Amino acid sequence: MCSAAARPRGARLRGALRQETLSLSAFDRLLINALQSDFPLSARPFDELAVRLDCPAEQIINGIDSLLARGVITRFGPLFNIELLGGAFSLCALEVPTERFEEVTDLVNAYPQVAHNYAREHRFNMWFVLATETDQELEDVFAEIIERSGCPGLNLPKEEEFYVGLRLEA
Amino acid sequence: MSDCASRPETDRELQRRIVVALQEGLPRCHRPYLQVAAELGISEETLLDTLGRMQASGAVRRIGVVPNHYALGYSHNLMVVWDVDEEQLAALGTTVGQLDFVSHCYRRPRRPGWPYNLFTMVHGRSEAEVQRQVDAISDSLGDALRGHTALRSTRILKKTGLRLRQQES
Repeated sequence: MCSAAARPRGARLRGALRQETLSLSAFDRLLINALQSDFPLSARPFDELAVRLDCPAEQIINGIDSLLARGVITRFGPLFNIELLGGAFSLCALEVPTERFEEVTDLVNAYPQVAHNYAREHRFNMWFVLATETDQELEDVFAEIIERSGCPGLNLPKEEEFYVGLRLEA
Repeated sequence: MSDCASRPETDRELQRRIVVALQEGLPRCHRPYLQVAAELGISEETLLDTLGRMQASGAVRRIGVVPNHYALGYSHNLMVVWDVDEEQLAALGTTVGQLDFVSHCYRRPRRPGWPYNLFTMVHGRSEAEVQRQVDAISDSLGDALRGHTALRSTRILKKTGLRLRQQES
């Protein structure tokens, strides 16, 4: 058994967008390409992978640890569609005057219901996702942000999902 | 959670506990599911069975690694929004979603001053590659396309991801 403390968190991107391309070994690329989906759901998944990839399970475990530590991958594990487990979600935008951008960023980011927030080049220059327990809470939080910021806004809940997913070749 | 002594846990509650336990990912050890099951106070078999059902229902999209786009050279990630004829949107959204460089493809509502009802995210290794992708989507939309605009991101202001909070009982 490994301890919970042995789980480093995935590298998080903060502040300026990180642009550099990291150098990867052939084994890094093999792991990334092989493990973007289909990690086994079984009692000894690394042993199964060891057969599939023809290398020791220990090397796969260490390889994933190393990819996480270097920030080449940001996550290892199941990817959940938590929208199916209840709650309300929406993509929202604000039109923020340039000189008030930092102030409004602090106001918006202080809400725990704001999951992520991006500055974008557009008249609507701040885009964030609201995640709440109920539809009513979502309406209330959005209305409060509009009122407190004094900025025009858009509340654009997803009406239909055509596709989510991406496979990036390493 | 703490009232589990008074009534059995529902499947929805168990699924939410599993999501919370796995929000930081799977442990890297020979029996990762056994370790997580022990933390949750359930059997490894129950955890595997529940995750399998969540995979079938779509609550688990996939299990594996999530690459950092930038580390792999995909430095050009662009949100592009499209004003598409409403009647053709259902069919065209599916077509655009199937393009292999599109990671997200959603229908969202129009608003006064906001005519765009189709949202896409595209990813490429160069400006030119992303431009070709945008052109390819335009071609797919054909006569149904009335306008589009790109929303280039300049800064990540917050990134905590979608997270479930521990439920109060």
